[in-house]
Amino acid sequence: MWQALYDELKDKGFMVVAVAEESRGAEHARPWIDQARKSSESSYWQLIDTDHRLSDLYNLVNVPQAIWIDEQGRIVRPPETAGSTDHFRRMDLKTRTMSPEDQAARLAAREEYLDAVRAWVNTGKHALPADAARAGLPKTTREIAEAHARFRLGVWLRAHGDPVEGDRQMNTASALHPDSWSMWRQAADLDEVGKASGPDFWKRVQALGDRPYYPPPKL
Amino acid sequence: MAIILTPTAEHKVTTTDGLWMSASDAEKVTGWTLKPEGMCLAERCVPLPVTAVKDKRVDVAAFWNKLGGPVVAAENGEVWALGAPADERNAALEGLMAPDFTLPDVDGTPRTLSQLRGRKVFLATWASW
Repeated sequence: MWQALYDELKDKGFMVVAVAEESRGAEHARPWIDQARKSSESSYWQLIDTDHRLSDLYNLVNVPQAIWIDEQGRIVRPPETAGSTDHFRRMDLKTRTMSPEDQAARLAAREEYLDAVRAWVNTGKHALPADAARAGLPKTTREIAEAHARFRLGVWLRAHGDPVEGDRQMNTASALHPDSWSMWRQAADLDEVGKASGPDFWKRVQALGDRPYYPPPKL
Repeated sequence: MAIILTPTAEHKVTTTDGLWMSASDAEKVTGWTLKPEGMCLAERCVPLPVTAVKDKRVDVAAFWNKLGGPVVAAENGEVWALGAPADERNAALEGLMAPDFTLPDVDGTPRTLSQLRGRKVFLATWASW
């Protein structure tokens, strides 16, 4: 997904770290990663995060989200939606297609986001001062902290022959942290790939009303 | 025997009555050392309630709750998870130094974020689901 961006900017002191939040294990991510690799000789880091450790550390709630980190290891942009938009919510569910206007707007928004990354790498633009970066950070509550512990436990139980109890822990995790789409979708997605975007998913998206599924980055 | 999951590790230790364990196992699991003044990590010591320490054994669930960290268990009582306290997560992010982590790439090679110091890093999540 980020290969072109990496290829374009890799000689300018830039690195992409793509982390697959993949509780079912590396094999589920591998086909996508192998496909990305074929197109290029050198690659960015493509990491597998079965326990959603990154979501715990950075308080993430959905994919794709990105954090921008400077040369000193400082966060210069808090977690934000990385190039995705809510246009999908208006798609025709029968044909799974979007209107040409929405498709164009979606691509334009994605390109705008990539341009912002390019500008940051080339000139430092869009890097936030400390106060602004801090103000954009999501707050971890006690419920969210417990949700991450239960999610970790649920993944472990699923992987060690106790899917029933694993599911129960994951569902509790999701209930404790309702803003986390990653937890909800991984709790829903045990047997069938695609169930995480089935009818229940659409119902839950509709229930957002005016609230965004992918909050736009504040560039 | 119980299996105890922490955010980055998995331990198998002998426990009794919940998460009572020897002080050395408590240190292995939590990183904190039992001292006369309480459980200590570097310069910091957290006093333990009198009901949470006895005969050089520690009630790690009580200690972890005192730290503000979640303690959860599977129904069978054999597998536990100790989560990071919310305050610790918030403080780490508010310091703005990107929390470090090590994760495997698809071939199993471990990669650590801080190895990339000196470069701008675009850290992004994705999923196949």
